[in-house]
Amino acid sequence: MPETLMPALEDLEHEYFKARKDAGFKREFDSLAGKFIGRPTPLYFAKRLTQHLGGAKIYLKREDLAHTGAHKINNALGQALLAKKMGKKRVIAETGAGQHGVAVATGAALLGLDCVIYMGSVDIKRQALNVFRMKLLGAEVREVSAGSKTLKDAINEALRDWTTNVRNTHYVLGTVFGPHPFPEMVRDFQSVIGREARAQILKAEGRLPDHMIACVGGGSNAIGLFHAFLKEKKIAMTGVEAGGLGIESGKHAARFAGGSVGVLQGTKSYLLQDGDGNVLDTHSVSAGLDYASVGPEHAWLMQSGRVKYTYATDEEALAAFELLSRMEGIIPALESSHAIAEAVKAAPKMKKNKIIIVNLSGRGDKDVLEVARIKGVQLC
Amino acid sequence: MLKAGSRIEARFKELAAAGKKAFIPYIMSGDPSLNASLRLAGTLEDAGADIIELGVPFSDPVADGPLIQAAAERARRAGVNLRKALGLVAAIRKRSDIPIVLMTYYNPVLKFGEDKFAKQAVEAGADGVIVPDLPVEEADLLKEHSYKHGLDTIFLAAPTSGPERFRLVSNASTGFIYYVSLTGITGAKLAHYEEIEKSVKRLKKLSGGKAVAVGFGVSNPDEAGRIAKTADGVIVGSAVVRRAREDSARDFSAWLKSMREAIG
Repeated sequence: MPETLMPALEDLEHEYFKARKDAGFKREFDSLAGKFIGRPTPLYFAKRLTQHLGGAKIYLKREDLAHTGAHKINNALGQALLAKKMGKKRVIAETGAGQHGVAVATGAALLGLDCVIYMGSVDIKRQALNVFRMKLLGAEVREVSAGSKTLKDAINEALRDWTTNVRNTHYVLGTVFGPHPFPEMVRDFQSVIGREARAQILKAEGRLPDHMIACVGGGSNAIGLFHAFLKEKKIAMTGVEAGGLGIESGKHAARFAGGSVGVLQGTKSYLLQDGDGNVLDTHSVSAGLDYASVGPEHAWLMQSGRVKYTYATDEEALAAFELLSRMEGIIPALESSHAIAEAVKAAPKMKKNKIIIVNLSGRGDKDVLEVARIKGVQLC
Repeated sequence: MLKAGSRIEARFKELAAAGKKAFIPYIMSGDPSLNASLRLAGTLEDAGADIIELGVPFSDPVADGPLIQAAAERARRAGVNLRKALGLVAAIRKRSDIPIVLMTYYNPVLKFGEDKFAKQAVEAGADGVIVPDLPVEEADLLKEHSYKHGLDTIFLAAPTSGPERFRLVSNASTGFIYYVSLTGITGAKLAHYEEIEKSVKRLKKLSGGKAVAVGFGVSNPDEAGRIAKTADGVIVGSAVVRRAREDSARDFSAWLKSMREAIG
């Protein structure tokens, strides 16, 4: 991290740790979580999908039903509240799929903060609907045409903005990545997913699940689900990265399968890089997973063996997208479709009395146009 | 020839003895080719540059504004990496004794190996390194290896850094201390001369007299002259990168000389 931002990060750490202990802050956040986000989100038994696959029982944690359509709002609202508490009048954020951008724009509208969202021009094109939503919410969307024109470059540009306007601006980083305290703070705001799921599965089944699956871009929905279960050594956990067109094609975002340890954007973690330490371009059908590095806690969970990481290709994710739509009447986000794709592989190999929880991290409305384009369907 | 690591300090001492300040232009290695950079280094020295800051291209230069980002992209298209930048250092060193400071982001150094980097940089003839995305508290290894091989480590102090961080930065810096003149990225618009003056004085006092050079956002002789009133050196990056591309050779040399004169 540039020196200019180091004092701001020290401040943020101090303010966040103070807020975390402050009963008033917690009350305000919990109240908004209930009344504004609509928490708790349901844990839903996917009966027809389970029957179709003929193996373990599949439960879906319905983050797609959270306000704005994805888990991103949990963190965005938490940080927007913190920004307001810190006296910052302006928030900025990066976005890939647009879900985090929409969530931050929503939080900013709710709390009366100025809001600028950075988004790569490739993502602006494939997530046009979310771009318009952000504008409706009063945010300014700034197009980033540098580098690979996706999430990584949007983060670079947001960091440059923050470096310039650090005195009046808070940077609402959208995932468990970046310099301390972001990975820890974002995990804390997202860990509500796992806490709810734990109580819900105990109520529904009287026991904990056998296996948990979540997609991993930066990794916030996965950490959010896994965190409350990490100490339960019997529960298997799988993080699903974007396999894109396949690892051997080089067009993917599977950092654990194809990367090595490096430092990007204030984080030491697994990174897709060339022999010179330059960051490689990534590819995924889902903008939210199309990123060259991964949250450092995931790197630790991988090295310790606690969580297994695998990937689903574009093709597998698209098949899962259609399967869940037809089987359950739920159109999943393309990101979450990667987790569904892994469940499609894992469930048939497990006994019928076993339980899987899949984090359905977002809904797929934003992806409908892109999927139509891929399928060659002309909509308008 | 002077030993690496002592060239920078020696140059500042020479200048101080003559009542002068350092002119430190920045260029990107390999923008648009290594040969062009080698020629450009010669032009800079002929026009009175005292130290050359040599950028190493990186895919994600978060501390840089659009001009240096674009320069990095051109250099990467020319296939330039850290190893080739070190080759450029060696080529400049063959012809000149001018102090050379490498400016590289951290990941290329990490990938290269910190020990190997410090060793080969010194062997090539580099005198110091600046890593703009590596904060002091994460720099122990780089400092250790650089010290061992005789490479100066220059850290950045920013307008947002408080007294405690000023102390950390000035303690960790050898060769000189780099004061970032503005809250922002390279090539942005300069303001607040009083703040610059105050900070430079504070850094000099804290460090017991280490040289302090100021950079980011210095684009013309007027700004350079005002900063040189208190700073020991003025670093000029984006403006050099732009003019080296756009100006005629004659205009560019004339501008460099006007900068040199203004810095005094």
